[in-house]
This record gives sequence, C-alpha cells and structure tokens, in this order.
Amino acid sequence: MTPLDDPALVRVLAADGTMAPTPAAERYLPLIDALTDAELETFYRDMVSIRAFDVQATNLQRQGQLALWPPSFGQEAAQVGSARAARAQDHIFPSYREHVVTRIRGVDPLDIIRLMRGLTHGGWDPTDPKNGNTHIYTLVLGAQTLHATGLAMGLVFDGKSGSGDPERDEAVIVYYGDGASSQGDVHEAMVFAASFQTPEVFFLQNNQWAISVPVATQSRSPLYKRGEGYGIPSLQVDGNDVLASYAVSKVALDEARAGGGPRAIEAMTYRMGAHTTSDDPTKYRTSDEEKAWAERDPIARMRAYLEGRGAPQQFFDDADAEGAALADDVRVRTNELGTIPRVHMFESVYSEAHALIQEEQRWLDDYEASMEGGAQ
Amino acid sequence: MPISRALNAGLRRALETDDRVLLMGEDIGPLGGVFRVTEGLQKDFGPRRVIDSPLAESGIVGTAIGLAMGGFKPVLEIQFDGFVFPAFDQITSQLAKITNRHEGGVRMPVVIRIPYGGHIGAVEHHQESPEAYFTHTAGLRVVSPSNANDAYWMMQQAIASPDPVIFLEPKAKYWQKGEVDTDKPALPLHASRIVRRGTDVTLVGHGAMVTTLLQAAALAESEGTSCEVIDLRSLSPVDYGPLLDSVRRTGRMVYAQEAPGFTSLGSEIAATVMEKAFFALEAPVLRVSGFDVPFPPAKLEGTYLPDADRILEAVDRSLAY
Ligand SMILES: Cc1ncc(C[n+]2csc(CCOP(=O)(O)OP(=O)(O)O)c2C)c(N)n1
Repeated sequence: MTPLDDPALVRVLAADGTMAPTPAAERYLPLIDALTDAELETFYRDMVSIRAFDVQATNLQRQGQLALWPPSFGQEAAQVGSARAARAQDHIFPSYREHVVTRIRGVDPLDIIRLMRGLTHGGWDPTDPKNGNTHIYTLVLGAQTLHATGLAMGLVFDGKSGSGDPERDEAVIVYYGDGASSQGDVHEAMVFAASFQTPEVFFLQNNQWAISVPVATQSRSPLYKRGEGYGIPSLQVDGNDVLASYAVSKVALDEARAGGGPRAIEAMTYRMGAHTTSDDPTKYRTSDEEKAWAERDPIARMRAYLEGRGAPQQFFDDADAEGAALADDVRVRTNELGTIPRVHMFESVYSEAHALIQEEQRWLDDYEASMEGGAQ
Repeated sequence: MPISRALNAGLRRALETDDRVLLMGEDIGPLGGVFRVTEGLQKDFGPRRVIDSPLAESGIVGTAIGLAMGGFKPVLEIQFDGFVFPAFDQITSQLAKITNRHEGGVRMPVVIRIPYGGHIGAVEHHQESPEAYFTHTAGLRVVSPSNANDAYWMMQQAIASPDPVIFLEPKAKYWQKGEVDTDKPALPLHASRIVRRGTDVTLVGHGAMVTTLLQAAALAESEGTSCEVIDLRSLSPVDYGPLLDSVRRTGRMVYAQEAPGFTSLGSEIAATVMEKAFFALEAPVLRVSGFDVPFPPAKLEGTYLPDADRILEAVDRSLAY
C-alpha cells in the first residue's frame, strides 16, 4: 500500500471529510478559508459530472461505439483542483486522461469521444478561445512535457510572465503520469524548464500504476523529489483531496506566473478502474488495494465535507442530475456522430499544396468512382 | 495454434535452451504484455529473465545494448509500433552500428519485437508500419512472420542471430491460427517463400498483407487470372531468388504493403526487380500502398489500407500493359 505519510504531503481533508490538515498544509489554509460556498460546490459538481460522463463513456466503449476509453475514475480531485486553480490566460497541456480538466476549460466532452471513436487524432483547436488554451491529448507518453516547456519558454521570451501584473501574466500547466515520468522526454523537459526558468507547473498524477507496472518498479524515491534534483521546487499532495489539490496548484501557478520559475507537484491518487477498456487489472493488482483506495474516494470525501458544512440533500441531488444530464447528452450525441469523408485524410497533412498528396487523392477519387460505377 | 501463442512458444523454447536469453519490455511480466505474447513466461522463468521494464523505450533499447555487451541476448518488446520512436536513436545510431564500430569485435544479439500494422481500429500511434526506417539502416536485420509456424521458428532464429533483428509482428493476425511443426524449421530466417502458385502475376508482401494477397489471388482466380503469392518474410536482407524466378515465369509483379509508398520497402523491391529482371517483365512492377499521409483516424483505415480490391485493380493494370 502506498504510504501517504511523506512529511512533504499536503492534505487538508481526511478521508472521512473532516478538516485535518497535515503540517505541510498549514501555509495553504488561508487560501482554503477564502473559498466561497459556490466555489466549493463547483468543485463537487465538476467531479460528479465527469464521473457520470466517464461511466457513460466506458459503457459506450463496451457497446462498440468507441475504440478505447481511458477512464479518469478516481482521479477527479487531482484534476478538478488543479484545473480550477488555473487562470483563464494559462495554458493547459493534458496527457490523455484529463477529461475534467478539458471540460473545465470549455472543451466539449464530445471532442474526446470523437477522438476515442477514431474520428480524429485531436478534436479541438487550442487556439479557439472557447477551448480555454487547452491543447489536445498526446498519446506518446511524456512528449507533451517538452511542448509545454517550449510554450512556457516562449512566454518568457515574450515577457508574458513575471511582469508583475497577475491579471496579465501567463503560466503553463502540464499533466503526465507516474509511468511517463520514466521517459527521457520528461527529464529533458525539466532540464529546459529549470534552465530557462519557465512559468510552468509539472503536474504529475501518480495513480500508482503505469499499465501493470507499479510505481515502485519505476522509482525508488517519491517522484516529487526528482523535481528537486533539477532545482525545481516540488511537493507532494493528496490528489484525492480536491481542496489540497486546488491550493497547491494555485500557489504553484501564481508563483510561476509571477516569474518564480517552474514548480512540480506530485498528486497521489489512484486509478480505480482499468488502465483503458482493453486492460484487465485483476491480472496484476489485488482487490484489497482497490478497496483501500476506494475508501479514499475523492467524491465521497468532498461530499462528507460539504455535508458537514450543512449542504442540503437537494444540492447533492442536483449535482447528480447534472451529471446524468451530461452523460445522456453525450450518449445521444455519440449515437448521432457520423463518419468522416475520406478527403479528411489528405486535408491537413501539409499547409501548402503537395504534389504527391494531390496525386494520391485524385487517384483515390477516380478509384472510388470506378468502384461505384462498377457496382451499378 | 494462434500466432500469439506460437510466438510465446518460440520465446519459451529460446528461454529454455539458452540461459543468456532474457526478455524485457513494458508490462510483459504478470500481465503477459498487452497482447499476451509473453503470458506465463515471467511466472516460469522469474523476474530476472522476463523483466518488466520502466516505461522508457530509449532505456529499454539502450540498456539492452549494454546487456548484449555483457553477453546477454535480450529480446525486447515495444508495446506498439508508434512507440518505437523514443528508442529510434538507440536503435539506428547505436544498436545498428556497434558491431561495425567495433570492427566485428562486439556482437549485438538483440531482438526488438514490435507489434505493427493496422486493421485493429485503434487510436493514433497504434497502427503504423515503420519498417522502412529500419530497412534503411545498415546493421539491422528486419523480419516479419505471417503465420504461426514462421512465428514460432523465426522468433528462435532471430534470437539465435548474432546481429540485431527488428521483429515485426502483424498484430492484426495474432489470433489467426495455423499448424506449427515444432521439430524443424521450414526455412532459414532470411528466405522468402512462395505461398501460392500461379502463372499470370506475382503478388508480393509480408506480414498481415499476405492474407490480403491470398484473398486477392482467390478473387483473381474467379476472374480467370492465376496469381502467384510470395511472402517476403525477411525485409532486410530481401531474398530476391524466389521473386526473380517467379517474375521470370509470370512477367508481372504487384507489391503490396500497409506502409506509405514513398521511399518505402516496396519502392526498393520494385526498383531492384526492374533492374534484375527487366527483360522478363511484361509490365512495370506496380506498388499498392498506404497513402502518404499520417495513418488516419480508425474510421478511415479501411480506405487507407490496401485491400484485395486495390490489389486486384493493380493486377488489372498490370495485365493491361
Ligand atoms: C512512448 C510510449 N510508450 C508506451 C505507451 C503505451 N502506454 C500507454 S499508457 C501507458 C501507461 C502510462 O502510465 P502513466 O504514465 O502512469 O499514466 P496513466 O495511464 O496511469 O494515467 C503505456 C505503457 C505510450 N502511450 N507511449
């Protein structure tokens, strides 16, 4: 069982939803006290909605509607806390499991469905303002940490961070996993980030498993300590505590935006489901472990906290209804998704005309026409 | 048995016969690999012969080079074709050149298993055919079995080779069953093979494409055209003997591959056959390939990948000369 007793661990809410800050959490308490009821409720509603969506997507995969689904079940607090801590002008680089992060930034969840259905390789345009500077998913592990770092370097070069104006300064947050931490790209990203003092937060979701390989096989020391080796201030947070996740992310992003250089956060969480719908976790992990983590469920924890503060039943019912509505909407719209025209394949390979592609496209058109003609 | 089991049996036999053989890769231990090719091997040979590696392809190949320097024979699994590229530098600049750099003094008996190719409706990076990157690199041997018997034997032959071997497994065919003769190999590792006799057109390909070529040949036969089908088996070196003999009989060749056509293996083979059998040819060697675009989203893979109809279209074109 993963120890959650590192002295650096920031946790605010105990598993039963009572306030029980760790010593490392003390400095964050004023931030948490400042949260309004509405904000606290938003955190909860975000988590509940995305779980309903996630369950729906898993079902859609089982029904053959999607090629694959990577569930985010269990990781809602790490994602919601960090995403809600970002400002509108910040840039987001997800990996491929950050469904609620993208939703919070304005990306239509159906765009993720289209990706996993095999209709696109991306699905949304990060430069479209409605998508909240959210980049598309990257399936090659760790590659996006370098892209995030490069974008953050550009912010430094353009004077878009560290100007002293927090309303204008920009930062970058990049998500990756415990497994991805073993990739050379992540190492190189940290080297560049530290060298150029980028306004960037490395947000590692340690969900304890790559696919079947536990984090202990990949690292002998807690992963957040790696950041320190590059000179990047780093800490560990209880990723199933949405309040702690929010607070540490907010401070890290604010510091990065203000010109303090990169920060690294290791969120300790758990992938409660399978790695993807193609995976069978019973082959490599025990039900005892799954049970122990289920007791740390991020949604149950926040619910207990809100109940303790006197949130009425109606609020929880409404949140559930909102989730059900999202899930229904996604199901309906998934069933309506058509296919893609074959021209799509040739369209955006190059920005300017390319003779070979044009020739192949013409050939295919003629070929398809001859087949259709032949069938008549 | 299915190809995936044949590979498993081949690996098992190699582990049993040579205690310097070890397997390494992501999720190959208790999970048995995402395609279950290594299923049960860690249980029987232990975690030091069948190693769950950290999630780092450059690390997997780079450390295998060192292991080979120490006298081991590493057999590596890359989880999917599209994830071999983080290791590309280690494979092409290092692994491929070490023997040459040491003037023969250091051998690199490393096998890199890569499930490759389309037809599984997967997301990006899970359906590619990267063979030309490797066949273009001197120092690497590249092979690809298309049936269970070859899977079983070629795996053992690749492991026995003192040179690095890129071993491309047609993932769409992992569940395709076939007879395995566990007594003796039918052919050496680098031989090509005629899998169907015919007199009018020679069809050539490897891996999953062999099934498609056979489908095309069957359809052609119903239209009165007799196709010979050759399974390349070895992509580097290419065993041209059977190809050239065949072309000298049929006068026509169609080469088919899932990979994009531009500067591909098919380009090389077409050029070589035209150079060596020019006067026997009744038509230029024609190529049927994936298009020169990134492997498309799954819903378009049926349009992207050559199928029997596209091969037949090329057969007709060849016959029209
Ligand atoms: C370079 C690369 N190698 C292998 C894979 C196959 N793969 C996809 S996800 C995964 C495990 C990733 O684990 P982790 O980084 O901890 O993220 P998680 O999936 O647990 O969120 C693997 C091995 C890949 N996507 N990219």
